[in-house]
This record gives sequence, structure tokens and C-alpha cells, in this order.
Amino acid sequence: MHEFFRTHPVEARLSAVLLLMILGLSLTTDTFLTLGNITSLLNNNAVNLIWAVGLLVVLIAGGIDISFAVAASVVQYVAAQVFIGLGGGSWLIGFVVAGLLGIGLGLVNALLIHGFRVISIVITIATFNAFFGLLMFFTKGRNIYNLPDWWTDRIFIFERQAPDGTWSELNLSVAVMIACVLATWALIRLTTLGRQLYAFGDNPEGARRAGVNLWQMQIVAFGWCGMMAGIGGLMQVNIAQEVVPNALYGRELDVLAAVVLGGARLGGGRGTVIGCILGVMFVAITQNGLNLLGISPFAFQMIIGAAILVAISSSNLSFRRWTRSRETEARLTESAT
Amino acid sequence: MTTDPDTAPALRLRNVSKTFGGVKALQSVDFEVHAGEVHCLAGENGCGKSTLIKIVTGVYTPDPGGTIELFGERIASISPTKARALGIAVIWQDLALFPHMTVAENIAFDEMVGVLPRLSFGSRYKGRVRAVLDRLNVPLNLDTRLGDLPIAQRQIVAIARALLGEARLVFMDEPTASLTQSETNALLDVVRTLSAQGIAVVFVSHRLAEVIDISERVTVLRDGELVGVYPTEGMTQFRLGELMTGAQLENVVRAQDRSGARPVLEVEGLTRHDEFDNVSLTVRQGEVLGLTGLIGAGRSELAHALIGMRAPDAGEIRLEGAPVRFSSIRDAIARGVAYVSEDRLSLGLIQPQSIADNTAISVLDRILGGLGMISPSRQSELVRHWIGELAVKIGKPEDAVSTLSGGNQQRVVLAKWLATEPRLLILDSPTVGVDVGARAGIFRIVRKLADEGLAILLISDEVTEVLFNADRVLHMADGKIVGEYDPHSTGVPELEARIYA
Repeated sequence: MHEFFRTHPVEARLSAVLLLMILGLSLTTDTFLTLGNITSLLNNNAVNLIWAVGLLVVLIAGGIDISFAVAASVVQYVAAQVFIGLGGGSWLIGFVVAGLLGIGLGLVNALLIHGFRVISIVITIATFNAFFGLLMFFTKGRNIYNLPDWWTDRIFIFERQAPDGTWSELNLSVAVMIACVLATWALIRLTTLGRQLYAFGDNPEGARRAGVNLWQMQIVAFGWCGMMAGIGGLMQVNIAQEVVPNALYGRELDVLAAVVLGGARLGGGRGTVIGCILGVMFVAITQNGLNLLGISPFAFQMIIGAAILVAISSSNLSFRRWTRSRETEARLTESAT
Repeated sequence: MTTDPDTAPALRLRNVSKTFGGVKALQSVDFEVHAGEVHCLAGENGCGKSTLIKIVTGVYTPDPGGTIELFGERIASISPTKARALGIAVIWQDLALFPHMTVAENIAFDEMVGVLPRLSFGSRYKGRVRAVLDRLNVPLNLDTRLGDLPIAQRQIVAIARALLGEARLVFMDEPTASLTQSETNALLDVVRTLSAQGIAVVFVSHRLAEVIDISERVTVLRDGELVGVYPTEGMTQFRLGELMTGAQLENVVRAQDRSGARPVLEVEGLTRHDEFDNVSLTVRQGEVLGLTGLIGAGRSELAHALIGMRAPDAGEIRLEGAPVRFSSIRDAIARGVAYVSEDRLSLGLIQPQSIADNTAISVLDRILGGLGMISPSRQSELVRHWIGELAVKIGKPEDAVSTLSGGNQQRVVLAKWLATEPRLLILDSPTVGVDVGARAGIFRIVRKLADEGLAILLISDEVTEVLFNADRVLHMADGKIVGEYDPHSTGVPELEARIYA
């Protein structure tokens, strides 16, 4: 663990900040460190973390995906039509359909990026608009409430009643989140594909010369991100109980912020699942803490923005060098006078 | 034809040619390397060295008519994958490594490649990675990120990566170009270790001293044709340079006595903790002062202090008699100091931009026209002047700098700095990565500039360069000036002996 934090300074710093925040909030509020608050934090952020680990794989491979959140909306809408067509469906069918639809949309990105050799930010901004436009066009902006029961029924994987009679529970999305996190960790840390993804993001020319199949790398990265988008979309419906075509619009930037805060490098080759978890936790606890402290919710965006600035710029600073040059300055002024 | 694999050379090329759209890059060349041999491939830029390497590694297909034999076996055609499977590895100049991955991950990377996913984690390969590093006798922490290592150790990682893939024939393309002397020595030791283990090494380098030191035989190419294969025993740098360029090189001492001229730069007791100590020197108008010594002696650090990149702790710098303390490089430029840095290819030029823009970038404020906008006519006038003055061989001024050869890029760097009309020019290792023929051209320019009255501080770790091109030579060691030599009364062996003592 010590070794990990030595080689991953961003993750180390973020953990320290998180510990301080948790400590501070536990001392200043009597609601933060309660089972009820912690379980609701987990329930509310499960989908974000599912998306975050999907996006992480794309970032590691040197790309970026702006389109995954609206892709998740497309998956929700199309999946709802499929389930109606199938006359119901089940969780198993749900995961397969949502996963495959997500992969399909991810492969659209991969195909365009690799086929036309255009950088991913341009392609995914285009598909972001295209997916969203098509969705609004065909749904005419209408919500779907008439969903299969299995999809909207709450499934609890943990419940406990407090002495005062309030219930704390974790719902299915938390279990799915854990599975997605473990699967992503296994993909990027335990398989040759993962090593190749890191290498491809780090030095594409070096990877190409070593014989890495670049087309496959784009397929895996954007396919995985798409699959996570689809699964996240499926779980979001379970929480929200309805399909709203523009509900997820804008969520991509929150997730991107969390992943970047967690140490993933825009430009590729760097990023960890632990960092992703920490980044999502940071965003979630900041928002939660502001609520509990009764601070205006408008402060939230400001703090996240400032945190990104501090995180990115401080990782380029070497504090030791800074202090040393100050020492030299001091010595010079001394000798000059 | 198949010969006995035990006695057959590791690689034998016969009558190999390669034509690119009518241009003969390689013309019926024969080439041979034995197992356990260190063989140098020498020649100027564009002589066909890279083409030859790329043919053997399967990047290019040779013209029909030639034969390639590897380890005694005739090879009909090679692809990069097949070359690797046959045990051929190339350590590319730009290394092709992954800076954000660990040492172990980099060394074992070729095992990770493949479309079918397999399990892969440290314990599967770390033992073998460690064994390879032991074989090279270099201890490295396997979990360090590659980007945190100095270039020299990244070279070792690249070599270890080739060895893990069971390489039997290793090509090293300019492996020492960006290494310090002690790092170079360490690398040459590793090369000797490889050869002792029966691996054939083909070594490409512009540093002729190194070529003669490390290899048993050298194959010289010129303009795509084979000049010959020579044993390095008894070979001199001059002779090798002549073979490569096909011309008699000028190796005459050009030193002149400038002691009567007005001093431009005077440095007294300049000290910076841990870098240089009590350095005093004078460069006069029209004088070329050579500064040599091992890398790490503090030469570049001294130069950085002279141009305001870092502040000295004590001592005085006087420019034309007036004490100066530069607060920044811009400040130094404004007072007439120009500095051509050692790593100019990456830092001194903006490679994808045009020759014209690179030349004009340091003097943009002098080519402004009306409304404070850059005047295209003034820019092209400035560019034309310096291109002509320095005889830079270019197509059009609008071409990207990256299209030029090393020697011509160096001239563009010079042009860029000379455009600032300096009084003092500091040249830090001006011929690193520049081939023998182009070096002579650069020093002709240096001499011409001095004759026009410029004061020049020439820093180089090649003794021949300072002795033949400077008026006086200072020797720096451990941050101190330890000796001054007159090129007329000092020979190359004598100065080399002092420096490497």
C-alpha cells in the first residue's frame, strides 16, 4: 500500500484530502457518519462510479468520451422498447440488452475514431450531439413511465432498521457497481489487454511498433466504456423509476471531473480504479457535506472546479524544488547586502 | 545456400539494394556480422544505414536480386514480427518505450502483445525480468516508473526488453547520442557483456572515438554504397572520418593570438554551490575560447549561469567592462548574449514550424511593420540574409525545420541566435548528432563569425573539436578551471590524457 501511494502521488493526495473531509464532516455534523447517510451516498453514486470506471479505460487508452451519458439515455430508451417487444424481460435479459446496446454505441465511436483517424474528443462531441438529437427527435422529449415491473422494483442487498425506526438499505445498483469496478480492475491490471491499453495510451507509436493491434485497442476501450454506459443506464432507471430522455444530459462532465481528479491522465497511459473510486467519493462527499452543512448548492460546482484546478496544477509542481530555489534567493539577498 | 549454423555469421547480406522512387538508397551492399561481435555501421546521415537496418528488421522489402542469411539460413522475406521471432531486435533512437509504465512492465511488454487476451501480472514475469537485468549486471528497481529514470537507464531497459525476447542480433541506433560520458561508458560495458554472451551487436554512432573503442570491425557506407569493411585496430578517427565523407578533412589548428583584443566577457570568482567553484575566465572580441572537460564537470551549468538561467551564489560577470546580473534569459539576450543549447534539436527548434518562422522567432519585435503586426517582407528579408550567410541548404523557407538534416538544423539554430545580433555567442556541444562532414561546415562558420568580431565560448567534450577550432582551451573538472592550453603547443593525446586522467 505504501509503495502504491509512493508511485501514485495523485491518489495519495486525494486520499489524504478525503480523510480530512470525512474527519471534518464527522466532527461538525452529527448526520454525516450515520448508516443512513452512508448507504444513501452509495446508492446515489453507484451509477456515477459505473460510468467512471468505463470512462477510465478510455482515458488510459489515450482517448476521451463525451458521449457516454447520452448514450446511456439512448440505451434506456431503446432497451425499454425491446423489453416491451419481448413482453417483459428479466434482469438477465436486461443486462445483456443494455450491455450490448452500450457496446454498439461505443463501437460507433471506435469505428469513427479509428476509421477516420480523428481524435476522440471531436468524434465524441459529434456523437454526443447526434445521439442526443436523435433521441429527442424520436421520443419528442416524452418520458416513459410504463416500464416492466422487474426493472422498477427495488431490490435490496442490505437493510437494517435503526432504533429510531428509520431504514437504511443498499439497493441492487451498489452490487452492480462493485461487480463493474472489479471487472474493470481485472481487465486493466490482470490481463495482457490491460497492459496493451496502458501502452497504447502512453506511447501509441511505441505500441504500434511492438505489434499492438490499435484497432482492437479502440474497440476494447470504447466498447468497455459503452458497456458501462449501458449498464449504468439500466441501473439509473431502477433508481429513478422512469425513462426521461434528457435526464442524463450533462452528467458526463461530472463523471469526467471525478475520474480526472482521481489521477487519470488526459493524454493516456495513467489512471487507476482506486483513483476513480476516490474521485467519485470526493465529488459525492463534497456535495453531501455542503448539503449537511446547509451551504448553498451553487457552491458545489465552484468547489469542484477549484479542486480540479488545484489537483491538476499541483501535480506539476515540485514543492521541494520550489522551497530550494527560495532558499537560494534568500542566500543571494543575504550576500548582496 | 545453407551453411553450418555454428560457424555461419549471425547475419550476412549479399548484393542488397533498395530503391525509393528512382533514388538508390542502398546499392548492392554486402554486410556481415558474427555472433558475439560488436560491429559498427558508420556513415554520414543519408548514407543508407537506417535503410539497411530497416531491411533486416522487415520494415522495408529489398529490391530483388540480393540475399539475406540469418544464422546460416537463407531468408526469403522478413516482416517485423518474423524478424522478432528470429531474434532480431532494434533499440531505436527514440526508444519506443512507455514512460508511465514500470521498468518491469516495459521490459516484459512484448509478451503482453497479442489480440487474444491472457492473464498477466507481475509475478509471471518479474523473475525473468530480474534475471535479464542481472545478466546485464545493472541493478534497477522493477517498480520504478520508466519516466522517472534518466535516459541512460531507459536505454538499459530497452536492451533488457530485447534480451527478454531472446534477441541474438541487436541493432543499436545512436544509443549514446544523449548520454553523458560516464553513462556512455556504462552503456559500452553493457554492450561488451552482450557480446561476451554471444549476441551479435550492430552499433551505429556519430561519435567516432566510441566506434573505434567498442567494435572489432566497422563497415563504412557512403551514398548508399559500400566503402569497405575495416578492422578498428589501428584505425584513427581522422581516417574513419575521411572514409565516411570521402574527402580530406581539415584538421589544422586555427588558433590565433587575440590577447590584445578588447575583453567582451569577463568572469571572476563565479561560484554556485555544488555546480562550479571560483571560475574566472575572459573571452575577447574575435576570440574562440574552448571549454572542455568530462560531462558533469559543470560546463553547461556555468553556461546557464552566464545567460541568466540560474543565479550564481558568488562572483562577478562583466560584459564589455560593465558588471551584469541577468534576471532572465530574455535579459541576457537583450544585452547581447546568445546561447545555443546542447539539446537544441528538442529545445532549440520548433520542429514542425517553418524554417522562416524558426529563424525569426527570437527577433519578432524587430520585424514588425505598421500596426505592430509582423511584416512578411521584413521577415523574409531577415531569413534570406541569414540563410545565405550561413549557407543553409534548404528547399523553401516555408518548409518545416524537421525536413532538414542535422547539420542544416544546427545552422538554422545559429541563424536564429545570430539574428539577435549578439556580442557573445555560447555554443554548448554544437556538433552532438551532427555528422562528420557537416561539422567542418559548422566550424567554418564559427571561425568566420569570430573573424567578424564576435566573442565565442565553445563548449565541447570532444577534445579534437576544441583544439582545432578554439584560440585557447580551458579544462574544467569538478566545477573548477584546472588548466589552460594553447592549441599550437598541445597535442590531442596530451589533452585527452589530462581530461580522462
